[in-house]
Amino acid sequence: MSYTLFILLLPLFSFLLIGIVDMDILKNGKVWSHKAAGLIGTCSLGIVTVLSYMTAWQYFFQTERLADGSLPTLVPFNTTWLPLGNLHFDLGILLDPISVMMLVVISTVSLMVHIYSFGYMHGERGFQRYYAFLSLFSMSMIGLVLATNIFQMYLFWELVGVSSYLLIGFYYTTAPAIAASKKAFIVTRFADMFFLVGILIFGYYTQSFNFSFAGSEVQMADGAAAFIPCDPQTALVKNAAYAVLPISLVLMFIGGAGKSAMFPLHIWLPDAMEGPTPVSALIHAATMVVAGVFQIARMFPIWIEYAPQTLSVVVWVGAFTAFYAAAVACTQSDIKRVLAFSTISQIAFMMVALGVCLPGEGEHLNHASLGYMASMFHLFTHAMFKACLFLGAGCIIHAVHSNEMSAMGGLRKYMPVTRWTFLISCLAIAGIPFFSGFSSKDEIISACFQYNSICGWWMTAVAAMTAFYMFRLYYGIFWGTENKELHAEHTPHEAPWTMTLPLVVLSIITVGVGAVTTLAGFGILPETWNFGSFVTASGAVYGVHFDMQVALTSTCIALVSIGLATWIFKGETQPIADKMYAAAPHLHRWAYKRFYLDEVYQFVTHKIIFARISTPIAWFDRHVIDGFFNFLAWGTHKLSALIKGFQSGSVQQYAIWFFLGVLAVLGIMVFVL
Amino acid sequence: MDYSQFLYMTAELSLLAVICLVFIADLFLCGRSEKGFDCSEVCGGKKAFCVCRMKRTLPLILFTIHTILTACPCCPGVAEAFGGMYQATPMASIMKTVLNIGVIVVFLMSNKWLRREENWIKQGEFYELVLFTLFGMYLMISSGHFLMFFIGLELASIPMAALVAFDKKRYESAEAGAKFILLALFSSALLLYGISLIYGATGTLYFNDINSILGNTDWAVNAKLFAILGLTLFITGMGFKISLVPFHLWTADTYQGAPTVVTGYLSVISKGSAAFVLLTVLQKVFCLFVTEWNWAFFWIIIASITVANLFAIRQKNLKRFMAFSAISQAGYLVLGIMDGTAQGMTALVFYLLVYLAANLGAFAVLTTVEENTGKIGIDDYAGLYQTNPRLSLLMTLCLFSLAGIPPFAGFFSKFFIFMAAFQTMGGWGHWLVLIALINTVISLYYYLLIVKAMYITPNDKPLPSFRVDCPTRWALAICIAGVLLLGLCGIAYNWIDTFSYGLEEVFAGCAGTCCGAC
Repeated sequence: MSYTLFILLLPLFSFLLIGIVDMDILKNGKVWSHKAAGLIGTCSLGIVTVLSYMTAWQYFFQTERLADGSLPTLVPFNTTWLPLGNLHFDLGILLDPISVMMLVVISTVSLMVHIYSFGYMHGERGFQRYYAFLSLFSMSMIGLVLATNIFQMYLFWELVGVSSYLLIGFYYTTAPAIAASKKAFIVTRFADMFFLVGILIFGYYTQSFNFSFAGSEVQMADGAAAFIPCDPQTALVKNAAYAVLPISLVLMFIGGAGKSAMFPLHIWLPDAMEGPTPVSALIHAATMVVAGVFQIARMFPIWIEYAPQTLSVVVWVGAFTAFYAAAVACTQSDIKRVLAFSTISQIAFMMVALGVCLPGEGEHLNHASLGYMASMFHLFTHAMFKACLFLGAGCIIHAVHSNEMSAMGGLRKYMPVTRWTFLISCLAIAGIPFFSGFSSKDEIISACFQYNSICGWWMTAVAAMTAFYMFRLYYGIFWGTENKELHAEHTPHEAPWTMTLPLVVLSIITVGVGAVTTLAGFGILPETWNFGSFVTASGAVYGVHFDMQVALTSTCIALVSIGLATWIFKGETQPIADKMYAAAPHLHRWAYKRFYLDEVYQFVTHKIIFARISTPIAWFDRHVIDGFFNFLAWGTHKLSALIKGFQSGSVQQYAIWFFLGVLAVLGIMVFVL
Repeated sequence: MDYSQFLYMTAELSLLAVICLVFIADLFLCGRSEKGFDCSEVCGGKKAFCVCRMKRTLPLILFTIHTILTACPCCPGVAEAFGGMYQATPMASIMKTVLNIGVIVVFLMSNKWLRREENWIKQGEFYELVLFTLFGMYLMISSGHFLMFFIGLELASIPMAALVAFDKKRYESAEAGAKFILLALFSSALLLYGISLIYGATGTLYFNDINSILGNTDWAVNAKLFAILGLTLFITGMGFKISLVPFHLWTADTYQGAPTVVTGYLSVISKGSAAFVLLTVLQKVFCLFVTEWNWAFFWIIIASITVANLFAIRQKNLKRFMAFSAISQAGYLVLGIMDGTAQGMTALVFYLLVYLAANLGAFAVLTTVEENTGKIGIDDYAGLYQTNPRLSLLMTLCLFSLAGIPPFAGFFSKFFIFMAAFQTMGGWGHWLVLIALINTVISLYYYLLIVKAMYITPNDKPLPSFRVDCPTRWALAICIAGVLLLGLCGIAYNWIDTFSYGLEEVFAGCAGTCCGAC
């Protein structure tokens, strides 16, 4: 399957081609139109998508399973990039269930976004630059999921960070976009520092950067002795691993939390919505922000083997983030912000699902670690319906030229396609049976109940909030009070086909996957049709059945929430909502202001770090250190002025100096003698 | 007499042949040119024009052939001729090749200057004088006897004075020539006195014999003092040629007054050959006094680099500026002779090669600007980038290389010479390198002053844009190729390293004619 290399290289080539060749010049010669950049990018992504589907087909259906029923891990290409003694940095391609699944997700969403952008970015300044960055991002993201080792992953991890920065700051003439891009880059970079430290600790103590890591490979480096009290070699090794690996894994998790916008490092994601909407769909909803989840899934065998207790950190961070983001999402008025907080909340679901996994052996592992499968499944379904929601939001913004809900309302009659696809995605995220979100979210909640019931009920509550704020959003856009004044001025219209086609495709996937997996989960279709035959913790097929209690409860709660949202927000006027605001104005304002977390950051960085620490250091630098060097320069100049008489221009004097020099040299020689 | 001994002197003989041919050509080709200056006008007609052209290109062609011929047999082995008066080593022939390359560049960049009205009839003299001084340097490099060495030295200095005063109708040039010849005579007298003292102490002037006699343990303390005095005067005499502080005072005035092409020649070729000879003679003859000359050079180097840098900061005239830059560079160059190691010799020759490329490149720019606009002040260069961007870029590269900024060759040459000096003198070399490094920072400041002038300083009336003539282009191309490639391709360094030798070999018994490789 060496053709997988092209999946990585094609976007790179198209990035270089679109990025370097100035197509405007060619346009003047009437060779290519301005759409050439978009066409090249889309075609290369189309080929990548086809290749990815081929890979997935071959990998899942034509590869021989191993004796224990798991899918083999293939490495079609690997090369040592930088040898460093025992350690070496490799670059290669690794195919295993999660990387192939991610490949499908990334190429599908990326292709949809490429097509969609034809309509959305039409006539924008920097069209070519936009497509160049999209190609760069696709390449980096694919490289991240196909990485054979943690270091290569880190390499591409930073590359996606850069392309995200470039794309958020695409409208670099507007101040908020610049601020948002910097914020995103600095916050994620700050988190990545921990990731790097984690990688280095990992590499130092295990003498390897590989994921396929067995306990026997844990070798003792000199410093490890500090961690272990006992003598025998094997115990030593084991203890070192148990002592050090959790630290390194938690550090890596901090990096992942930064990328995946977990509390308290989530602050960059809502601001990142300043970028073009298709970018939000691709990077900040479907692919890049789940990199943190993917990272934990990637390191999952090590987590579960060496640090199962530490996984509770992931659970707590995830559970709190899920609730916090859902609460904020209930109050936002900017539709992209609502979707951004919803994304944070949903990613937190995936994190929690990974966190609630328990160790187990063989077949039992699949049951104990149901959350692993659920998390990956939710990643897949969420990517599809959230991309659809964002692209739908893009169509709406395209139509009314505003992000605010106040500019919308009653759009259902103007934009039927957008409306129906949006509704399908809302139903999916709310967890209604026969839509994809139901199957995956239900597995997550089941897994949470296996862990403990508090966690289970907590996540159920968050799921209820999800259904509520999503339908608040839906009614706010398509029903509710129409902004007639604005709409009379500029009648909203349905988006062109390049924009609606991706919506339709993504909602078909949502419904199709949802229907099949729901039926399989209820036992109507064979259980091998479910997600458990592709990705599981142990790799072996795991037939998933719904836990009826959980399924019914969560469906009922979702329906109640939707009903509540309908009752409050569907009408032309919203007396109940107004009453609720009036009843708890502070709570509403706090939630609307995202609980003032950005202000806390501002305070800590500006008032404490910048004002109290950086300013004195800057003063010291400017006056003491610079002053010292200025003094040196001043002294040099003075000295230079002092000795200028030496060069008088008179030959007699020169000869005298010469002779004195002879005497001096003689003096030195005799002295040394 | 065994005439086959002449075979060892191929470089000298071939240079002599070039000198004779150029002399004859100068006499007979286009003899009427004294009456007029424009060639085509004087000679009237195409054929005569070709002859005239020939007069200009013939020395260059002949000299290039000479360079290629003498560079090819790069390992003639170690040999002695005329009873040890003449010594051939591979290192010497490498050194001669380096000098030859420099002379080619000088010839190329002199083209525009020689076509001036007043120089037109004198151009043959220019070539002759340059080749004579070069011949003197050859003799110095290959000498095995102090008399031979002295003859070479004088042959390299007296025509040099004529070159310095080449624009004799210009007051500065004549003054520079006078200053040069007076101080050169002074230093030669001292050097000769030193040689006579050595003769008095040992009774011989053959390098090999002096070494072995000094090696005898039972000679008188007085004789040792004589030898030390002789060594002192030898060092100071060479210090004059290399222009080390405090024997450098002629440099600034002479460099400023001399024609720019001659300044370039003086600052690279003359200086480089003297530095190499200094190293080889110290190794061959005075290896017993290694501690003494180490300490002498320790202070001379510190003084040279520091004083020259302090002076360079305040210069406004670029030729004067380059004079002090050259003194400081000479200080770095001489770092290679500390302890007389093989590594030091490699570093010295490599440093010289890189310095040749960068410094002659800078001088080529100076010459062409001077010939086209008549300006030589730093302030005149303000805004040069706007009118002559390519020339400014080349100048910048050369200055960066002189300052030792990676990835240009100057960085590597400085690095190697510091490496060589670092371990010498039982730890004191650390201090020497430290002071040299501090001075590198100062030198960076003044080299960047010119870069700043060219690129940043605003100027309403920058120098006009002009076309660089073809031979100067070639000269610049050679120099820039050196600046860019010498550091990154290790071939040159390795090639030099194969043949270099140090005191270890001298002590190890192959005294006098030692060679690491052969």
